[in-house]
Amino acid sequence: MRHATYLRLELVRTLRNRRFLVFSFGFPLVLYFLIAGPNRGEDSLGGTGLSAPLYYMVGLAAFGSMNAMLSTGARIAAERTAGWNRQLRITPLPARAYVRAKVVTGYLVALASLLLLYLAGAVLGVRLPAHDWLRMTWLMLVGLVPFAALGILIGHLVSAESVGPVIGGSTALLAILGGTWFPVTGGALHAIGEALPSFWLVQASHVAVGGSGWGGLAWLVVAAWTLAATALAARAYRRDTRRQ
Amino acid sequence: MRRQAEYGRLGVVPGIELEEVVKSYGEVHAVRGVDLRVERGETVALLGPNGAGKSTTVDLVLGLLEPDGGRVSVFGRPPSEAVGAGLVAAMLQTGGLVRDLRVRELVELVASLYPHPLGVDEALELAGLSGLAGQLTQRLSGGETQRVRFALALVANPELLVLDEPTVALDVESRRDFWHTMREFAARGKTVLFATHYLEEADAHADRVVLMARGLVVAAGPPGEIKALVGSRTIRATLPGAGLDGLARLPGVARAERHGDAVVLSCSDSDAAIRALLAAHPEARDIEIAGAGLEEAFLQLTVGT
Repeated sequence: MRHATYLRLELVRTLRNRRFLVFSFGFPLVLYFLIAGPNRGEDSLGGTGLSAPLYYMVGLAAFGSMNAMLSTGARIAAERTAGWNRQLRITPLPARAYVRAKVVTGYLVALASLLLLYLAGAVLGVRLPAHDWLRMTWLMLVGLVPFAALGILIGHLVSAESVGPVIGGSTALLAILGGTWFPVTGGALHAIGEALPSFWLVQASHVAVGGSGWGGLAWLVVAAWTLAATALAARAYRRDTRRQ
Repeated sequence: MRRQAEYGRLGVVPGIELEEVVKSYGEVHAVRGVDLRVERGETVALLGPNGAGKSTTVDLVLGLLEPDGGRVSVFGRPPSEAVGAGLVAAMLQTGGLVRDLRVRELVELVASLYPHPLGVDEALELAGLSGLAGQLTQRLSGGETQRVRFALALVANPELLVLDEPTVALDVESRRDFWHTMREFAARGKTVLFATHYLEEADAHADRVVLMARGLVVAAGPPGEIKALVGSRTIRATLPGAGLDGLARLPGVARAERHGDAVVLSCSDSDAAIRALLAAHPEARDIEIAGAGLEEAFLQLTVGT
């Protein structure tokens, strides 16, 4: 593959950033053990028939992987502030190879954070049939596509100083409205939720807890967000050539 | 074969050509109609004080900025195409390094993007970085960072090398090494454009100097000519009653002006001029001799533009 060195070093660089790893991987794990740990014996959380470790595992899987995907934006913002982005633009590296490296890196981080949560779930006694693990994971990976584009968009719009709050804020908002922490039922909030990609990411994760997965609306929302975020990200990338 | 064809095509067109290029940032007119031609294989200095429009010109040549008006071409094509073909590499003034990579890895990364790179070891050696190859980029000093940026430009082995204030963070010794390497590079038939506000650098290392001030090219020519133009000293003395014509004819004096009781002589040779001045006008008082700063020299050159 062309530009394999760029992709490889992009990954190396991400794995060398300890603070980033601690937050991306450590934070969801700590949260999981804090919330699910004390209730590990709870077999039917709030009468749902689901064990606490399973319920919180899928919730945090959606939250953690979304966060990991958007963190691409933080890395891009830091590169722009350092002036590295301008330096890259005067090399023959095509924009699509640049984007591919960012997306692949984001996906690997997100996938690793998913697998770590699954492992943590298993430690707390979660057992699922193989096809449930796979279906949930596959559908979530699809549900993460719009977040890949959103991460790149944020990275090229926001400065390194403000990217932390922007990503933290959007993750929190998307997580709450998407029903990561508690189900959003009925009314306007539900309607808003259904229009968000985070809602369908959560639905994807709920495949493992008896959810029905995605219907036509889900695919439509995810596709629309992907297209819109990609178009905006491309525009932001093209315009973003000024000295910082 | 393909590369030869490429060279053949490059041979007949200038390295860089700017025609009546205009670029503004809102109300700030950074470049106000610049014509600039750099032949293939030529080393040209873009000399001017801060705010002259040098960095904007560099960004236009590299395709980082689009001109508001006029035309920019690099090897006969739009800058972005020349960049995409790997013909161009640059050391930007504000281009930092990405963190969490070792120096060697970073040089390797850039080498992998170009069609005909130098060896990674060769580039490290040329930039004097062999001892720092394993260092993480965020642990480098300012001068070391600058040398890494030079290595990144060299390893690309481009046809056109663009350097924006390349020696700003370097100490005296590193500067000498830098220019030595740059000239060896240029001697391979490469085109080099460097922006600087040091007259000595432009004088010593360029085949031709292009003077910029206030977004315009105000003079261009061989270094000696430009040096005489802007590298002059001035003699200022209180000398009521002396004729300006007589003063202007003194040896070493290029121009004489009067400000009240004081006269100001712009000199091509201030040593000869001061001797002649004292011989002709022993009554001269309050004598000052000063090197004209670039800014001053530019202001004189650009009066009325």
